[in-house]
Amino acid sequence: MKKYLLKRIAMAVVTIWAIITITFILMHSVPGDPFRQESKMPKVVYENLHKKYGLDKPLSEQYIIYLGKIIRGDFGDSMKSRVETVNDMIKRGLPVSAFIGLEALLIAVVFGPALGAIAALNQNKWPDYLSMIIAIIGVSVPSFIMGTVFIQFLARNIEWLPIGGWGSFRHSILPSIALALMPLAQLARYMRSSMLEVLGQDYIKTAKSKGISKATVVLRHAVRNAILPVVSILGTVATNLIVGSFVIEKIFGIPGLGMFFITSINNRDYPLIMGTTIFYAIILVIMLLIVDIAYMLIDPRIKLTKEGR
Amino acid sequence: MKAGLDVSPELFNAADKEDKNAERIRRPSIRYWPDVWRRLKMNKLAMTGLLLICILGVMSFVGTKINGFTYFEQNYSLINSHPDSVHWFGTDELGRDLFTRNWFGVRYSLFIGIMAAFIDFFIGVLYGGIAGISNRKVDSVMMRIAEIIYSIPYLLVVILISVVFSQAGQGSSMFVLIFSLSLTSWVPMAILVRGQVLQLKESEYALASESLGADKSWILKKHIIPNTLGPILVNVTLEIPRAIFAEATLGFIGLGLQAPKSSLGTLANSGLAGLPVGNSYQLFIPAIFISLIMFAFNVLGDGLRDALDPRLRK
Repeated sequence: MKKYLLKRIAMAVVTIWAIITITFILMHSVPGDPFRQESKMPKVVYENLHKKYGLDKPLSEQYIIYLGKIIRGDFGDSMKSRVETVNDMIKRGLPVSAFIGLEALLIAVVFGPALGAIAALNQNKWPDYLSMIIAIIGVSVPSFIMGTVFIQFLARNIEWLPIGGWGSFRHSILPSIALALMPLAQLARYMRSSMLEVLGQDYIKTAKSKGISKATVVLRHAVRNAILPVVSILGTVATNLIVGSFVIEKIFGIPGLGMFFITSINNRDYPLIMGTTIFYAIILVIMLLIVDIAYMLIDPRIKLTKEGR
Repeated sequence: MKAGLDVSPELFNAADKEDKNAERIRRPSIRYWPDVWRRLKMNKLAMTGLLLICILGVMSFVGTKINGFTYFEQNYSLINSHPDSVHWFGTDELGRDLFTRNWFGVRYSLFIGIMAAFIDFFIGVLYGGIAGISNRKVDSVMMRIAEIIYSIPYLLVVILISVVFSQAGQGSSMFVLIFSLSLTSWVPMAILVRGQVLQLKESEYALASESLGADKSWILKKHIIPNTLGPILVNVTLEIPRAIFAEATLGFIGLGLQAPKSSLGTLANSGLAGLPVGNSYQLFIPAIFISLIMFAFNVLGDGLRDALDPRLRK
């Protein structure tokens, strides 16, 4: 167990290092120079700016310095905003993004498996078809389209909820539903097939024949076993939520980390792109690690000593 | 006398002709792929998806020609015109015909998705096949590398590559898009193929072939790959909508195909501006197309998986 954990953590560290290196190489292979646009700049100023940002040093040295900064938790400066560093932006944007992300995660994790379980319990009846239609729509319609549809019909036409922006809980409802739909659909589909498999097992028959009430059989015997494989796709779900948040935040005008990321891309603010990418990557890798470990802990059938070959 | 020896000569009479036929297989034997196709045909949803893909595929070539406009022709006297009998899907903010542009968008989106899936297929089968057939050490190293590549978040890489290889505010070239989309997504395919190879190379027919003097590459090519084609096909079918979705997302955040070319994502992105001023058709038409394509490939992939699943075979 300990050995596996250590190995898994080491893998995560190597992954993060690989991402930092790839990002660094990519961002430094961009043609052009961040200070070339202001071409009338005196030579001394240009050289001083280079010195300030460490661009006069050889690339390998810049890389070491950058790596050191990341380890200390410093994600660098933004080029367009001279007052805010990347860390400031993360501090400002992360709580907003995390709020929406967690709300969406909650919606997906509660309703997705429930939908899948209901579908499986009523296989080939209308609740099954209904929930699978919802699931197919959720998988087929990208979240950015869902978001704009929501804005158009629920916010603009009937004015139930605010169109966009940030401020109160009401502002977070539409974006988190739009964000949650795809993971919800994935979870529902996964839960349905997992549940169908469990319902065909002998121990369900045994439980039923012992005279246990249907609710107890479903909740204690079926759902508890069916939910196990569903946990394993939570990593994918988390990834989808984060990536989805870029677009959703842009549509709803939410000042979260995703919006900073998109803005930095459109502004070609390379240090900011680098910083946010690495930050996102670290969060994702850590989340995948947590999901993996959680799955190991939950499922007693997985032997940690085995290599999984 | 013992009861067991109590045999009469009648027991050794010739059997009836009818009894002989009891063992005969009456139905014609059906081969693997026709059998898959037969089961796929019974799945109405999957067939709807297949039909949709065919229609969209044909229309992406025919639809760009039937109303006589080009995708780049601008008409400033007719900007943002709503759908009517001349411009069936209306025009955009530069007066370009959206009917033609949307079918071009479908064409490019399909092309990008299929190409990305094809590259994934090619690299994945090659890498997974080599890893599976190599010795344990090589296999282990190759799989560790693949795992690291795979744990790099997919869309982040795509976004980064698109940022680096495209000029500001202009979008990416088709090549860059396809390249970045397939950069990390071949890994699941490789893992799948490797698993199948590991399993199949222990099979009797592989052993038989080896004992007849076949080398590893022959066994891989002639025995193992053909037998993994089913799961690979499912994976490819589900990879296409993933790539199309990623491309649409890229287009939507302003990193899509270079103008005046249009993919469905870039069309939706420029349509977003029309939403507050009442030109919602500019967004919803490409949105419907994206959803239809995603729907079609997803249900087809699911149907294929069901059709190929030996557990469902009767």
